[in-house]
Amino acid sequence: MSIALLFTFAVVFEKMALISVLFLVTLGVAAYSTYGERKIAAFMQDRIGPDRAGPWGILQPIADGVKMFTKEDFMPRDAERWLYILAPGAFIFVACMTSAVIPWGTRLTAFGGSIDLQVTDINIGILYIMGFVSLGVYGIMIGGWASNNKYSLYGAIRASSQMISYELAMGLALISVVMISGSLSLRDIAEQQTGFGWNILYQPLGFIIFFTCALAECNRAPFDLAECETELIGGYHTEYSSMKLGFFLFAEYINMFISCAVVSTLYFGGYNFPGLDPNWLGGFMGPIVLFAKVFFFIFVFMWIRWTLPRFRYDQLMHLGWKSLIPLSILNMVLTGGGILLFGSH
Amino acid sequence: MQLTNRSVQVVNKKMTFMERIYLPAIFKGMATTLRHFFMRPATVRYPEVKREFAPVYRGWHVLKRDEQGRENCTACGLCAVACPAEAITMVAEERQKGEEHLYREEKYAATYEINMLRCIFCGLCEEACPKEAIFLTDRIVPADYARNGFIFGKDMLVEGTTPDKRVDVSVRQKHVQEKKWAAEGVKS
Repeated sequence: MSIALLFTFAVVFEKMALISVLFLVTLGVAAYSTYGERKIAAFMQDRIGPDRAGPWGILQPIADGVKMFTKEDFMPRDAERWLYILAPGAFIFVACMTSAVIPWGTRLTAFGGSIDLQVTDINIGILYIMGFVSLGVYGIMIGGWASNNKYSLYGAIRASSQMISYELAMGLALISVVMISGSLSLRDIAEQQTGFGWNILYQPLGFIIFFTCALAECNRAPFDLAECETELIGGYHTEYSSMKLGFFLFAEYINMFISCAVVSTLYFGGYNFPGLDPNWLGGFMGPIVLFAKVFFFIFVFMWIRWTLPRFRYDQLMHLGWKSLIPLSILNMVLTGGGILLFGSH
Repeated sequence: MQLTNRSVQVVNKKMTFMERIYLPAIFKGMATTLRHFFMRPATVRYPEVKREFAPVYRGWHVLKRDEQGRENCTACGLCAVACPAEAITMVAEERQKGEEHLYREEKYAATYEINMLRCIFCGLCEEACPKEAIFLTDRIVPADYARNGFIFGKDMLVEGTTPDKRVDVSVRQKHVQEKKWAAEGVKS
C-alpha cells in the first residue's frame, strides 16, 4: 500500500471520527435543549419544570425519546404515503448537514497527533449554510402537503412564505459581514475576530437583523406561525405521531443549535475570547469557548420565546419586507462607506 | 352604565417610532421574564409536600364513633334529606342483643354510602346531624379510574376503633357547633 493511499485513509478516518462525534454532540445538545427549554420556561413562569425522571429531571429527554418511540405510528388514510414518510427524514437530514462547515476550534493536539476541528473548510461556507437552511423548508412543505390536512397545509404555506421573506434580509445582513471579512469561508471569518475584534462591534445593526431572521428561520416564537398551536393545532406536523413527530421537533432544536453556532461564529468571534487562546488545553479551549457562546444564545432564544407573544401574520410580513430588508440594505450601504473610509479587516 | 372603572376606550392611534421598532418593549419584557427567572417557584411538590389547608377545610367525610368505639350514627336520614346533591343513601337496621358495644343507640346504619362524584362538599350533612356522627375532614378524596370507586361505603367512611385510626375533627366540630348556635341565635 502506497504512502499516499495510507494518508488518504488516515484523513478519511479522521473526518469520519469528527463527523460521528459532531453528530452525537449535535443530537445530545438538541435533546438537552428540550430539557433546557422546559426548565427555562418553568423558571420564567415561577414553576419548577420536569423534576421526576432522575435528579432534577435530568433523564427527562431520554424518557421523552422512549415515549416517542413507543407511541402508535399513525398515518392518515388519504396521506401521500411516501412523501409523508420522507418529510421528517428530509427535515432532520438537512438540519444535521449544516454543522459540517462550522469551525468548532482551531486544532486538537493530543497523543502526538492533531486533528482539524472543522469537518470541511469549503471556501463558500456561508453559502453552504444558507443553501441548506433554505432546503429545510422542503421538509415542512412536503410534510404539510402530504398529510392531506388543511391545518397542516396552512402551516406549511406559512412556513414557506416566512422563510422566503426572512431569508432575503438574512442574506443581505450576511453580505455586510462578508464585505468586512472579504471571505465566504467561516474559518477565515472566525480567525479574523481574534481578541475583541468581534464583528458585532462593526455590525450591530446587521447582528440584530440576522438574529431576528435566525429566529424566524428556526420557526421559533415570536415567529412560530408555522406551528401556531392556538390556531393550527400544531401546524405542519398536526398529522404526525410517534418518532416522525419526534424527528420534526428534534430537527427544530438542531436548527436552533446550529443557528446559535452560526451567530456566535459570524458576530461573536467564534472560538475566540480575549485572554483565552483557543489552542490551550490541547486545542480544547476553542470548542469550550464556542460552546459557552452557543449555550448562551440558546438561552437567549428560549428567553425570547417565553417572553414575546406571536406576531400576527400581516405583522410578520410587514416586518420582513418593509422593515428588515430596507434596514439590511441600509446596513450594506453603511458598511460599504465604512470600508471606503477605514478599510476592511 | 359603567360597572367598573377599569374599562378602556379603544384608541387606534398610530404607533410612535420607538413603539414601531419593537426593541425597547422587547427588552422591557425580557427584563420582566429574567426577574421571574430568579424568583422562588410557587410550586408545591404535591405527593411529597402537602399544602396547608384552612382549619375548616371540607374534604372526605368521616363517620365518628364515641369514646367507647360505638358508631354515633343512628340512620335517622337527616343528612340524606339535607344533602342538596342527593349523594347520601343508607339502609337502617335495628340493633340486636349483644351488639351494644358496636352501636350507640337502638338503630344503626347497615349500609351508608356517599357518592363522592355527586357530593359538593357543602357541609350541610354535618349541620343536619343531631348525633355528631358525620363530619367533613381535611383529607382529599383520592382519584380513581372507575366511577364505582367513588361510591364510598362504611368501610371508607367510619373511623377505626384504635386510637391511631381515629380521625381528629375537633376544629371542625367547634366550627359546626358555632354555626348551629348562630342559627339558633345563641351566643358562643
